[in-house]
Amino acid sequence: MYPNDFRYTKEHEWIKIEGGEAVVGVTDFAQKQLGDIIYVELPEVGKALEVHQAVGVIESVKSVSDVYSPVAGEVVAVNEELNKAADLVNKDPHGKGWIVRLKVKDKAAVEALMTASDYEKYLEGLEA
Amino acid sequence: MKRTRLYEFHKKSEAKIIEFFGWEMPVEYKGVIDEHLAVRTRAGLFDVSHMGEVMIEGADALAFVQHLTPNDAGRLAPGQVQYTALTTPAGTFVDDMLVYCLDPEKYFLVVNASNADKDYAWIVDHKKGFAVETENQSDAYSQLALQGPMALTVLQPLTELDLAGMKSFHFAFGKVAGIDTLVSRTGYTGEDGFEIYTLAPNPGVLWEAILEAGRPHDVLPIGLGARDTLRLEAKLMLYGNDISDKTTVLEADLKWICKFQKGGFLGKAVLEKQLAEGLTRKIAGFELVDKGIPRPHYPVFVYGRKVSDVCSGTYAPFLKKSIGLAYLPIGATALGTEIEIGIRDRKVRAKVIPTPFYKREKN
Repeated sequence: MYPNDFRYTKEHEWIKIEGGEAVVGVTDFAQKQLGDIIYVELPEVGKALEVHQAVGVIESVKSVSDVYSPVAGEVVAVNEELNKAADLVNKDPHGKGWIVRLKVKDKAAVEALMTASDYEKYLEGLEA
Repeated sequence: MKRTRLYEFHKKSEAKIIEFFGWEMPVEYKGVIDEHLAVRTRAGLFDVSHMGEVMIEGADALAFVQHLTPNDAGRLAPGQVQYTALTTPAGTFVDDMLVYCLDPEKYFLVVNASNADKDYAWIVDHKKGFAVETENQSDAYSQLALQGPMALTVLQPLTELDLAGMKSFHFAFGKVAGIDTLVSRTGYTGEDGFEIYTLAPNPGVLWEAILEAGRPHDVLPIGLGARDTLRLEAKLMLYGNDISDKTTVLEADLKWICKFQKGGFLGKAVLEKQLAEGLTRKIAGFELVDKGIPRPHYPVFVYGRKVSDVCSGTYAPFLKKSIGLAYLPIGATALGTEIEIGIRDRKVRAKVIPTPFYKREKN
């Protein structure tokens, strides 16, 4: 269920290294919690981020949630498709529902995050 | 935490359960948008057993109800219902509610779940001098609501009551799925529909029978999330958000429930004075012009100055736009007035529009 080449955070973001960059989104668990997503507020390209800084906001009918950057980096691209179809985050959270692409200095910081099996264990703990 | 008698059915349907004023209630099953659209286009079934019910009985029952409320309960014949309020001496709200006339000496009040205990205490505190008996029946009653254009089609095979012959804001006693009930042609969605009250210990029989009968029409169970988006599209008030003990009945745009000629009632003098002098503020509906979702407590700006906070706000799933309600200075309530809503660090443009936002086609 959770891709092995992603890493995960306790706030339910995922991050995947692609060459010199990293793609960030929210997990299937997160999109289920959020419900029907109506808008995603995306950051400006070029924005510099510290780890855990809010990189975007997801608005569903009944809630507002910040998306936090899993690592420090700089925004090099945002998923413009979400401006037309925010529900891509619901429909394909690990694929077409990606949120931002970051230039990441410290790849080791990404590797140090939870693996897919760590994250799945973490979710089991939450649902207990 | 309290649970309705239908809790296990909601768990079985994998509802997302939330805490709502001391109750564990389903906020959504399939999803707020799917549920909202189901009610607007087919029908949906709500468990609203958490609502409060109070029985008022006795020789002075009508006089007592008249004293407590601004609307004219004297117009009700047995079998009729009216929307009204419990008002304070300041003309503000203790709660909004429905009053059912069972008999000229017996009235059934249905109040908000969040206020059930408070309302009953208010009623008891005010009954001195009236020959009435009052009973808080909230825990005894379960209540289901079936709402939507297909509601009658789905419900009729389950009951011998003539539903097509039941006019809006009327009710009758009868069996539904073999269970003794009170059925009224009322609701909180802006659609046609029925509210079904029962004292039966096993309302699950009703719940399952209605969903089963609704299966060919893809009738869904509906949670509190869609209940809120539906009632807001229809501009139905929510106590705590849109009305409270700080808002008068007139400021809440509910002048139509004030029947001053009926006689005295709590708050009458203040409301009459306010009517004569004119309002300084009034609740108004708005839609966003820019992207965003207005939510309760977000600041509202007129000409750059903060005037109030959003009372209710949401993305409206049927209208496919963001709408809300807020109290505005009377001069700013004109249709088309441009206002701004503070959403996080932005001021998002909005404008005053007519309400209700949604009105169903009458056939």
